[in-house]
Amino acid sequence: MRFRDVEHLFRLAALFGVGVIVFAIARATLVPHDFGTLGHFRAGAIAEARALPIVHAGQKACAECHDDVVEARAAARHKNISCESCHGPLGQHALGEGPAPVKPDAMSLCVRCHAAKTGKPTRYPTVDVADHAGGESCLSCHTSHDPRAQ
Amino acid sequence: MTTTRRDFLIAGGRLLVMTAATQAALPHVLAGTPERVDTYTAAEHWWAMLIDIQKCIGCGTCVKACKDENGVLNEPYYFRTWVERYHVKATDAEHPIVDSPNGGYDGFPEAYADGEGKTFFVPKLCNHCTDSPCTQVCPVGATFTTADGVVLVDKDYCVGCRYCVQACPYGCRYIDPRTHTADKCTLCYHRITKGLLPACVEVCPTGSRQLADLKNPNDPIHEFLRTHPIQVLKPQMATGSKIYYHALDGSVR
Amino acid sequence: MPGVDGFMYPNEMELQWSVLIVLYPFITGLVAGAFILASLERVFNVEAVKPTYRLALLTALAFMLVAPLPLQLHLGHPLRSYEMLLTPSPTSAMAMFGYVYLWYLMVVLVVEIWLDYRKDLVLARRQATGLTRAMYGVLTLGSDNISPASLRIDDRVGRIVTIIGIPSAFLLHGYVGFIFGSVKANPWWSTPLMPIVFLFSAIVSGIAMVMLLYIVLTKLRRAPLDMRCVDTMARYLFYAFLVDFSLEMLDLVHRIYEADESFRTLDFMLKTRLFMPHVVIQIILGTLVPLTALALTQVVRLSAKVRTSLYVGAGLLTLVGIFAMRWNVVIGGQLFSKSFLGYTTYKLEFVHHEGLLPAILVMLLPFAILGVLIKVLPPWPTETRQVEQERAPAAHV
Repeated sequence: MRFRDVEHLFRLAALFGVGVIVFAIARATLVPHDFGTLGHFRAGAIAEARALPIVHAGQKACAECHDDVVEARAAARHKNISCESCHGPLGQHALGEGPAPVKPDAMSLCVRCHAAKTGKPTRYPTVDVADHAGGESCLSCHTSHDPRAQ
Repeated sequence: MTTTRRDFLIAGGRLLVMTAATQAALPHVLAGTPERVDTYTAAEHWWAMLIDIQKCIGCGTCVKACKDENGVLNEPYYFRTWVERYHVKATDAEHPIVDSPNGGYDGFPEAYADGEGKTFFVPKLCNHCTDSPCTQVCPVGATFTTADGVVLVDKDYCVGCRYCVQACPYGCRYIDPRTHTADKCTLCYHRITKGLLPACVEVCPTGSRQLADLKNPNDPIHEFLRTHPIQVLKPQMATGSKIYYHALDGSVR
Repeated sequence: MPGVDGFMYPNEMELQWSVLIVLYPFITGLVAGAFILASLERVFNVEAVKPTYRLALLTALAFMLVAPLPLQLHLGHPLRSYEMLLTPSPTSAMAMFGYVYLWYLMVVLVVEIWLDYRKDLVLARRQATGLTRAMYGVLTLGSDNISPASLRIDDRVGRIVTIIGIPSAFLLHGYVGFIFGSVKANPWWSTPLMPIVFLFSAIVSGIAMVMLLYIVLTKLRRAPLDMRCVDTMARYLFYAFLVDFSLEMLDLVHRIYEADESFRTLDFMLKTRLFMPHVVIQIILGTLVPLTALALTQVVRLSAKVRTSLYVGAGLLTLVGIFAMRWNVVIGGQLFSKSFLGYTTYKLEFVHHEGLLPAILVMLLPFAILGVLIKVLPPWPTETRQVEQERAPAAHV
């Protein structure tokens, strides 16, 4: 076997060699540097996930300023419900920014939980909305923070 | 400026004694805002959730709060969490009637008369599986499990091949049409790593949803898990699901 | 939700994988099948199919070049697809795509074609001038040696490449089957039979495609058909089809017999939404009719003209049937809910990056590429022999 007869195969091999080098360069430059440090993923993604904006303030944040409301609720059945469950997300408000929170509309809010519907747990307080107050607003007899009827 | 040997020894000593954590904390301490120091260590936590079916009233506040917190598109079929309503006739547990109008976002319309069978609500979300089939199939490493047990998606790395959406047995993933990448519940990772609760847990009025830290021995959930019958969704898939349900009926799919 | 019957998990109602993902296994299946046909001659010395050896390789190459296109059109971020090559996840079957594809394209197809055509390319270069000469210069990698010793070495190396190529072809298409077969969340897909069924249907489609192309192109060239070659290809098509059909029936019978939790919902889907694509198009028109036609040619003595017509008909129906099989696996697997309580519909649009129009264009492109390849690398035995006779005086190095 003379070299001349296999020389073309070496040319082919050289072409493949170039491909391997291109691949090595691509791997070194295009893969993010923090990839693989914590597992098979880009480690920076964790910090990015943690840095997302907080939209709901959380109960503790509300209590810092509105401890009077917390006290008012402490005696009644709504005491364990988060403020934002009814008042919506208040993260901005807790930081002193953003618009003032709007008082939710009683009829649509209260019935969301308390309208009698099949499927609600048996000991959960529900009312047939039409029968119970004949169309009057829930707030004519109840206050939302302390719902015990007046 | 001349560096004396004394200066050198002090600086060297500091370097030797200080860990990376201390190094990171130092500027906050010096600035007088020590509460800003990030003390969260992922390895100390193992997040899970407990959902008590007997407490869920199907109000849908969790669905709304999740969309508000995470900016999920408010369109019909993209949900990081949703609530299903099951109606099971007593003699036909194999064929439950299930619905989830807009994922339960506005609650559920009245549909069944009392006494015909049993009706109950099942909140669902990503199960943050320990043997997650979705992270197994991702070709590029865009979805992964953190050291504290939360499955996340790196939307800057995801190529949008949709394999993970196919591999999830629970249907909790979708492709966000704005970013063309996979998206799903993150257990509000940005909140739980700062001592807050996930948005859905925060607003749940009955305490049906509760966050659990399986590595924290003082977590009251441990006691509950020890004393009540607990189920997971699709146990035959052996995904190591960490969303534990109490009182989950056998008819739930 | 329009198109949804019963209950589906909210995120399930929209299909994830479109007609483009149906096309990808169809195309790689043609590649694998065409290559297996070529290897019949090279490795298993089935001399009868030699006239189609080069055509089969060029067909495989033409389809192989188009294979990544439907995937790129489907991805949410096609420009990030290099990530699969640079950071492939070791647990993901899909991550294999980059390496298996490159290996098969470069090491198997291109090397084998190059080694087989090298002599013709060198001769063509010597005759050509200008830009054409430069093109052939690139294709020969600048080498000019076609001594008998070098050609003997080419032949030996080519044989080794083909031997390596056979398991590589199995891998190229088998891993696609595994992509589906390993998804435990989807009972329509999850079966260990999936890679094998995919592979055998690939072989069937590849043989059918090369057989059809040979018949059509030979007729277009007004050249005589080598009936011995065509009959042999049809025979191998028949055998492969028998195996493929048996495997698919085994899967079906197994499902019906075991009747696990998914059975009722899949059975209902098969009898309603999938009835036309699965029962009518895939099974009856796409498998039973061509099998009967091919069986007829094996047992009854028929004239060459009748046989050829039957082969063409059977070949076309086979390709339709294998496409339908891919459709029924990919689309069918997404039509039912994982709650087993509902169904959705596939809304196939026309002008959309994953719609019918790009699908049609993707299917037409390989034929256009094949046309170019046939011009640059003529696969016909008589033509190359003519070329040899013309250039004999200059063949001496």
